[in-house]
Amino acid sequence: MPDLIAGLRRALPRLNRRRVLPAAAVLVVLAAAAVWAVRPTPDAWTTEDFRIAGADVELDSRLYLPADRDGKVPAVLLAHGFGGTKESVRSDAESLAGRGYAVLTWTARGFGRSTGQIHLDSPDHEVKDAQRLLDWLAARPEVTTDATGDPKVAAVGGSYGGALALLLAGQDPRVDAIVPQITWNDLNASLVPGGVFKKAWAGYFFGNGGASALGLLGGGGAGGRGGEMPAVDPACGRFAEDVCKAYLQMATTGIPDETTRALLLKSSPATVLDKIKAPTLLIQGAVDTLFPLSEADANAKGIAATGTPVRVAWFTGGHDGGAGPTSDSDRLKYLTAQWLDHYLKGEGDAPGDDFTFSRVAGFSALDRGLVTNGYSTGSYPGLTGTGSTEVTLTGAAQPIANPPNGNPGAISSMPGITSRLSSVLSGGVALDVPGQHAVFESAALTAPVEVAGAPTLRLRAASPTGEAVLFVKLYDVDANGSATLSAGLVAPIRLTGLPADIAQASPVSVTLPAIVRQIEAGHTVRVTVATSDQAFLTPAQPATYTVAVEPVLTLPTLTGTPIADPGSLWWFVLAGVLGVILLGLVALLVISRIRHRRRDVAVVEEHADTPLVVNGLRKAYGDGFVAVQEIDFTVQRGQVVGLLGPNGAGKTTTLRVLMGLTQPTAGEIFVFGHRLVPGAPILSRVGSLVEGPGFLPHLTGEENLRAYWQATGRPWADARFEEALEIAGLGSSVHRKTRKYSHGMRQRLAIAQAMLGLPDLLVLDEPTDGLDPPQIAEMRRVLQRYATDGRAVLVSSHLLAEVEQTCTHAVVVNKGRIVASGQVSDIVGDSPSVQLDVSDVPAATRVLEELGVRSVKTEGPNGLIVDMNGTARSEVVASLVGAGIGVDRLVPRRRLEDAFLSLVGDNSRGSGDR
Amino acid sequence: MSTLEAASGYKPSRTMPIWAEVRRQASRRRTQMALGFMVLLPLIVLAAFEFGGGGGDDDDGNGGGAFSSMADLATSGGLNFALFGLAVSAGFLLVVVVALFFGDTVASEASWGSLRYLLAIPVPRARLLGVKLIVAAGYSLLALLLLVGTSLLVGTLRYGWSPMGSTIAAEIPPGEGLLRLLGICAYLATTLLVVAGLAFLLSVLTDAALGAVGGAVLLWILSSILDQIDALGGIRNGLPTHYTDAWMGLLSTPVQTEDLAKGAISAIVYATLFWGIAFFRFTRKDVTS
Repeated sequence: MPDLIAGLRRALPRLNRRRVLPAAAVLVVLAAAAVWAVRPTPDAWTTEDFRIAGADVELDSRLYLPADRDGKVPAVLLAHGFGGTKESVRSDAESLAGRGYAVLTWTARGFGRSTGQIHLDSPDHEVKDAQRLLDWLAARPEVTTDATGDPKVAAVGGSYGGALALLLAGQDPRVDAIVPQITWNDLNASLVPGGVFKKAWAGYFFGNGGASALGLLGGGGAGGRGGEMPAVDPACGRFAEDVCKAYLQMATTGIPDETTRALLLKSSPATVLDKIKAPTLLIQGAVDTLFPLSEADANAKGIAATGTPVRVAWFTGGHDGGAGPTSDSDRLKYLTAQWLDHYLKGEGDAPGDDFTFSRVAGFSALDRGLVTNGYSTGSYPGLTGTGSTEVTLTGAAQPIANPPNGNPGAISSMPGITSRLSSVLSGGVALDVPGQHAVFESAALTAPVEVAGAPTLRLRAASPTGEAVLFVKLYDVDANGSATLSAGLVAPIRLTGLPADIAQASPVSVTLPAIVRQIEAGHTVRVTVATSDQAFLTPAQPATYTVAVEPVLTLPTLTGTPIADPGSLWWFVLAGVLGVILLGLVALLVISRIRHRRRDVAVVEEHADTPLVVNGLRKAYGDGFVAVQEIDFTVQRGQVVGLLGPNGAGKTTTLRVLMGLTQPTAGEIFVFGHRLVPGAPILSRVGSLVEGPGFLPHLTGEENLRAYWQATGRPWADARFEEALEIAGLGSSVHRKTRKYSHGMRQRLAIAQAMLGLPDLLVLDEPTDGLDPPQIAEMRRVLQRYATDGRAVLVSSHLLAEVEQTCTHAVVVNKGRIVASGQVSDIVGDSPSVQLDVSDVPAATRVLEELGVRSVKTEGPNGLIVDMNGTARSEVVASLVGAGIGVDRLVPRRRLEDAFLSLVGDNSRGSGDR
Repeated sequence: MSTLEAASGYKPSRTMPIWAEVRRQASRRRTQMALGFMVLLPLIVLAAFEFGGGGGDDDDGNGGGAFSSMADLATSGGLNFALFGLAVSAGFLLVVVVALFFGDTVASEASWGSLRYLLAIPVPRARLLGVKLIVAAGYSLLALLLLVGTSLLVGTLRYGWSPMGSTIAAEIPPGEGLLRLLGICAYLATTLLVVAGLAFLLSVLTDAALGAVGGAVLLWILSSILDQIDALGGIRNGLPTHYTDAWMGLLSTPVQTEDLAKGAISAIVYATLFWGIAFFRFTRKDVTS
C-alpha cells in the first residue's frame, strides 16, 4: 500500500508555481461545469390558479402561460383523465406552455377541489363547463382570438378528457383542433362489449369516482385529498344520482336497461361525430382492454365522413399498458405538437394523413422495459389491414362448462393493477380454467405474419338454456408451447337463441379485438373459447355449452415502413470520430516523416573521427536547479577518460544527456561527428552503464542480456555474447535470476551488457561500485584493453585513486564546471608544490620566501604548502636545516590532488545528485 | 567505419521487435497469473454452480434486474454460462486486468532501471510506447478471449449447446447467440479502452507500476460512483463509465445499439486523449529513473 501511495504521489504532478495556475484554472472550470449542470433552470412558463365558474359549479383551474411570449398566443384546453385533477396533467401542460401555448387545466366537476358531481362528460354538465372555460379564455388578454368571444383554442386530453375534447368539439364550433387520446366512441360498446358487462373496469372506476380521492387514469395524483369534502352518499360518492343508478342497475343484472343505455349514449362522442369540424388527431393505445383500438376506429370514421381532417396514430400502451416506451411517447409528442402548431399557430405544412403505429419488437435488457419499432403507412387502413392471411384452425366441437357466478374464472387482464407493460403484453397473467375452455389450434406458420387489426372467425355454439356468454381469445404459441394472449384482449359475445345440439347450430361471425403483433414463423395460432373471465360478468347459472370453430381464421395484415431510429445517428457519429482520429494519426505520421527527412544529419567533419566531443553543455532542471553549468571535453580514440568529481558535481547529469535520456538546456554533444540528441541512431555506437544496472528481476543474467540484445534488433552474431559473458565473469551464476544477484554481480553484468556488440564508445558510471579489490583490478585491465582498436571509454568516478589507476585522461568537475582536465600523467605527475611539516612555521616561512618560491601557505599547526617555482626540493631541505629548522616530512604534491582538494576543501557537500 | 551514422545492423524501425516485447512480458509472473486466472475463473464458477446446491430460492421477484436473471440462467447452456462469466467480470476483474497490462508495462521498466537502457539502445521513444501499447492491448484481448473461450468451452461441455436464454427476452438461437456474445466481447473491449488509456498514461507519468495500475482502477471506481449520483444530471453522460452496461442492449431483441454507439464514442475519445497525452509527454520528458 505505501508503494501504491508513493506511486500515486509520483504519478500526480508536483505542485510548483508554474503548475498552480493551470491546475487552479482546471479546477475552476470543473466546478463551474458541475454548478452549471445542477443549476436550477428558470421555468419557461408562468402559472396562475383561478376558480372559474362552470355551468353551475366552480372549477379549480390553472392557467400556464409561456414565459417569453411575444403578443397573444393560442390556447390549449388540457383535460385530465377520470379520477385525476388538474395536477395530473401538469407535466404535459408545462411542456405545451414551453412550446408557446397558453394552457388551461382544470379539475373536472366532481373531482378534487372542484365542486359539483360527476356526470360522465355529459353534454349538459361537463361539456358546458368546458364551454364556460372557452368564454373565459376568450376574455383573457394573452390569448389569440378568431373573433370576439372565440379564442384560438385546441382541446387535448386522454380518456375521460379525450371524450370531453370530442364532445366539446361536437357541441361548440369555437374549438379549432382536438387531440383526443385513448378514449371511447360509445360507452355502451366499451362497458358492455358484445352484450357482456365489463365489470372489472366499471367497478374500478365506480369505486374510484365514488371516493373521488385518487386518480389513476391520466397520471394519477393526490388531488382532492386535502380538499373540503362535502358529505357524500356512501353508495354513490360524488357521482350524480342518474349515473349512480345506471351503474347499480348495470352491475346488478349485467344487462343495461333502456335508461342506462340512453345515459351512456348521451356521454358518447358517437352522437356528435358528424358535428365535429375541428381537425382531429386520434391517438389510441394497442394495450387497452377498456377502450380498444375499435373505439378510435369508430371515431375516425365518423369524423372523417363529414370531410373533417382526421389523423390516427396507435401506440404500444393504453389503459393497461400506460404511456408505453419512450420511442412511442416521443412520437406522440411530436405528432401532437405538429398538429397544434399547424392548426393553431399556422406553422408548418398541413400534417399528412399517413398513419403511424408501433409494434413490440422485444424486451430491453437494460431496464426490462419494452422495445418497440415505429412504422408508418400511407393512410389509415382501419381495423382490416391492407391485406389478410388465412390460417386454418383444427379442433372438434368441445363441451365447456359455465361456472356458477363466474367462479373460478379465467384471467385475461388485470384492470387498474399497474403492472409492467411487458408482463401484460407477454400474457403472463392470462389463465384458462380446465373444463371451461375449448381449444382450436393451427399448424405452425411457415412465414411470419404481421398482424395489425381485428382478426375474424366464425363460431358455432349450442346451449341447453339457448343462451351462452363466451370469450374468444387468440393466443400466439411459440415453439416451446408458451402461449401469449396479446395485450390481454378478449372478444366477449352473448349469444341467444342457440340450439341444444351443436349439429344444428349456425355459425356466427366473431370479430376479435384489434391487435398489433408479428406472429413468428414456427409459431402456432391458438383460438380459445372460454366460458368465464374475471373481468366480465357472466351468467350465474351453471351450464354446459358445446362450441365449434370454423377452420378459417382471417388475420388482417399491415406492412409499414419502419420509422428511422434516431439512435442510429450515433453510429455515424462514431464513424466520424474514428475517421477524424485516423486522419489525425495519418497527419502525425506524415509530419514526423517530413521532420525526420529534414533533420540535421550532417557530419561535423572536424569531429568525425572523435568518439566524443562535449561542447558548452548546460542542464537546468524545470525547478531551476542547474546541475551542469558548462562542461566541455573531448574523448579521443584509444583514451580511457575519467570524469572525476564529488557527488553532485554534475557527472551523472552529463552522462544522462550523453545517453539521450535528458535534453540539455544548451550545448552540443558529438559522437563521431554526429550530433547526439535523444534517440539519435548514433547512440547505437555507444554502450553505457549509468546510475546502476537495470535488469528484469525475473530473468536470469543470460536471459537479460539476450532480451537486451533482442531489443536492439541487431543481428545476433554482432553481439559478441561470449566475450561479454566472459567479462561479466559470473560463471554458472549467469543462469540464476538477477533478483538473487549481489550488487557486485549486477554491476558486472551491467558492464557486460554495456559492452555487448563492442560499441565504439563505452560510457560507464562508477563501474567499480560494489566490486571487490581483485575484481576492480581485473576491471581496470578490461577497460584499458577495451580502449584499443580505436575504441574509447569514458568512466565517471568520485574516487581519485580509481581514475588515476584506470584512465589515460581525466576531467575534473565540480558544481557543474570543469576544474581541471588533461592527461592523467600530467595531472598526476609532480606538481610544483610540496607539503612540509616543520618544527618552526614562521621561521620556515621566512627562509622559504628568501629562497624565491612562488607562495607559501600554512596548513595546520606545523604544515606548510609551498609552490616551489623551480627550486629543487633538496635545496629547500638544505636551506631549512641550515637555518636550524627541523623538517619532519616533505611530501611532493600532485596536481590532481591539488585540484580535487581545492574543490573539495571549498565545499565537500554535494549540491544534490540529480 | 568511423563515420557510420549507426552501428552495423541498427535500424530504428527494427528495434524492440514486437515478439521480443511479447516474450519479455510473457516471462513475467503477473502476466502468467492474470491469464491463468482468466482460465481458472470459469472453472471456479462451474464448481460453485455444481457444489453450491440449489440456492434458487433467493429470487427477489422483479427487483433483481437483468443480472439476477443471468445468474438464474447461467446453467442453461454454454452460451449463457459464458455470458454470466462476462457479466461478473466486466465490472471489476477485467478492469483490473487491463489496468495491470497497460499500467505496468512502462512503469515497471522504469522502476527496474531497464527503461533507460532501452532508450539508450536507442529505441525511439514513440516506437517504444507503440510496441508496449500493442503488446499490452494484445494481452488484454487475449485475457478477454481466454475468459470467454474457457467459459464457453466448459459451459458447453457441462450444460450443452443450447439457445441463449433470458428471462426478459425471447431465446436467441445458438448461432446468433454466439455472434451476440462476440459483439458483447467487442463492446467490453471498447469500453475497457478507457482504463487502458488511463493506466497507460499513469504508467508513463510514474515509475511505480502499482501506482499506475491502482490509480487507473481508483479513478475508474470514482467515475462509477459519480455515475450513481443522479444530481449530477447530464454531466454523467460524459463520465467514462456511464455506458459500461450498454452491452446488455445486445441481449434484447432487437438489439438496442444507441447506447453502444455512444459508449464506443466516449471510450474511443477518452482513450485517444489519454494515449495522446502519454505519447506527447513521453517523447519529450527527461527520463530520470
